[in-house]
Amino acid sequence: MAVVRDDVMPVRSSDDIVRVRQEVRARAIEIGLSLVDQTKIVTAASELARNTLDYGGGGTTRLEVVQDGGRRGIRLTFEDKGPGIADVELALKDGYTSGKGLGLGLSGARRLSNEFFIESKPGEGTRVTIVRWK
Amino acid sequence: MDRIPILKMGDALLITIQVDMHDRLALALEEDLTAKIAATKAKGVLIDISSLEIVDSFIGRMLDNIAAVSRMLDADTVVVGMRPAVAITLVELGLSLTGVKTALNVERGMLMIQNRLRGLGDFSGRRS
Amino acid sequence: MAVAADWAGVISRHHDEIIKGWLQQLRDDGTLQTGRIKDAELEGECRRMLALVGPELAHGAAHSPLGGELRDMLVALSRSRALQGFTPSETSNFVLGLKLPLFGAIGVDYPDQADVIAGATIEATRKLDRLALLTIESFQKSREEVIIRQQREIAELSTPVVKLWDGILALPLIGTLDSERTQVVMENMLQSIVEHSAEIAIIDITGVPTVDTLVAQHLLKTVAAARLMGADCIVSGIRPQIAQTMVHLGVELNVISKASLADALALALQRIGKRVVDTAGATAAPVEFLR
Repeated sequence: MAVVRDDVMPVRSSDDIVRVRQEVRARAIEIGLSLVDQTKIVTAASELARNTLDYGGGGTTRLEVVQDGGRRGIRLTFEDKGPGIADVELALKDGYTSGKGLGLGLSGARRLSNEFFIESKPGEGTRVTIVRWK
Repeated sequence: MDRIPILKMGDALLITIQVDMHDRLALALEEDLTAKIAATKAKGVLIDISSLEIVDSFIGRMLDNIAAVSRMLDADTVVVGMRPAVAITLVELGLSLTGVKTALNVERGMLMIQNRLRGLGDFSGRRS
Repeated sequence: MAVAADWAGVISRHHDEIIKGWLQQLRDDGTLQTGRIKDAELEGECRRMLALVGPELAHGAAHSPLGGELRDMLVALSRSRALQGFTPSETSNFVLGLKLPLFGAIGVDYPDQADVIAGATIEATRKLDRLALLTIESFQKSREEVIIRQQREIAELSTPVVKLWDGILALPLIGTLDSERTQVVMENMLQSIVEHSAEIAIIDITGVPTVDTLVAQHLLKTVAAARLMGADCIVSGIRPQIAQTMVHLGVELNVISKASLADALALALQRIGKRVVDTAGATAAPVEFLR
């Protein structure tokens, strides 16, 4: 899988979440995702960026345009150095939340993506990667 | 900080969300609207989201909250104009906003509120 | 090292016999029997190809690139064969059928030179085999294009969204629903709801033989999405087996459903405040809709 383009954005405030959404939208249009798929990946990005901010205490979003053979896609990586998640399985369940949200962030973002990876260590931080293919 | 304007139209309040809201703006809207319903004794709240390109769980929760709060204050909330792509995504995300009433456009939404005020029963055919 | 055979000379000396032998070969293979191609047309194609193949064979080196004109001709030929409904072997036999007449001709011209014949035969076989493979490849490609086009056409044909009345849309689904098609259909329907400002959409699945869990889920999601947009869906024509399967799968179809499209329309009209009045016995006026 080749990386065609690579940007890193900070996630420190709720304004940054808006910027991440706009940037993801721009990339999604660029690689020709359908309107529904654009909306899905932007929404997933919004959920995960908010998690980074609210639970991870801020971090970064990496936006990559990737190419695998003939198909293009968007890969997003959300990284924080927050408290981490003790039980990833549990965190992925619908409706589970440790905070004030609806508990749909992680599980919802997973449903909105084609690929979903999560790594988390308590005390060290969390990294979530999603991919949406054209 | 920016605020989203709330218009009064007869017995109803009309909010048109036209910007990509950041979370604080959404929270501010929730507060402003609650205050305004109480102050104006409005019987209906119309939220036009036809300009919104996404509704994530945060905005979804805001809509749910507004509906619940206004119900307690004896006003009905109708969310109008949700785009197809937004609706599909919201369902996929796992949010069905069952507590929120919906209509295709402002005109239909207004009609629903008026019908209720005229005592034509609850919103015809619309599950609540 | 033996002397190379003079293919150009062989072909020009035996031109008519080669064509005749080739055509005979093709007839024996049954290419003509189906009547999809005329004798004269086939002969024209043979003549054109032989004219192009001659220089190619005379070239010598086994790995010389396939001549542009020859290549173009064979690609176009395979393409038309594919569209006319020939099989891949019939298509490649067109090229392979040239072998025997060619080898016959070279045997006549070099009667006592087995090594020349062997060398020339191997050389020609290599080249003709590559050309035959080229025809199969082009044939395959054309078939794929046809399939893709047909898939698109089927998808469009089978998913019309029709307006039944002001504010009422119907989506008559026909045929097997796979999850991808369901998704496209449902997106189209939601878009039509916006375009027609339709309050009610009837999804009629009378023509759907089976519904699996994924499709049922798409259906439910669409109904939920339509509600978020402010429209109601009615599902009609659920077959008894499908209803049973759904219950067994634990898919609770928490939607308004009606037995037939007619029942669904009646309900939809009632919802938007219209009434169907029977005027039988009265004037010749057709069914009237009153507010």
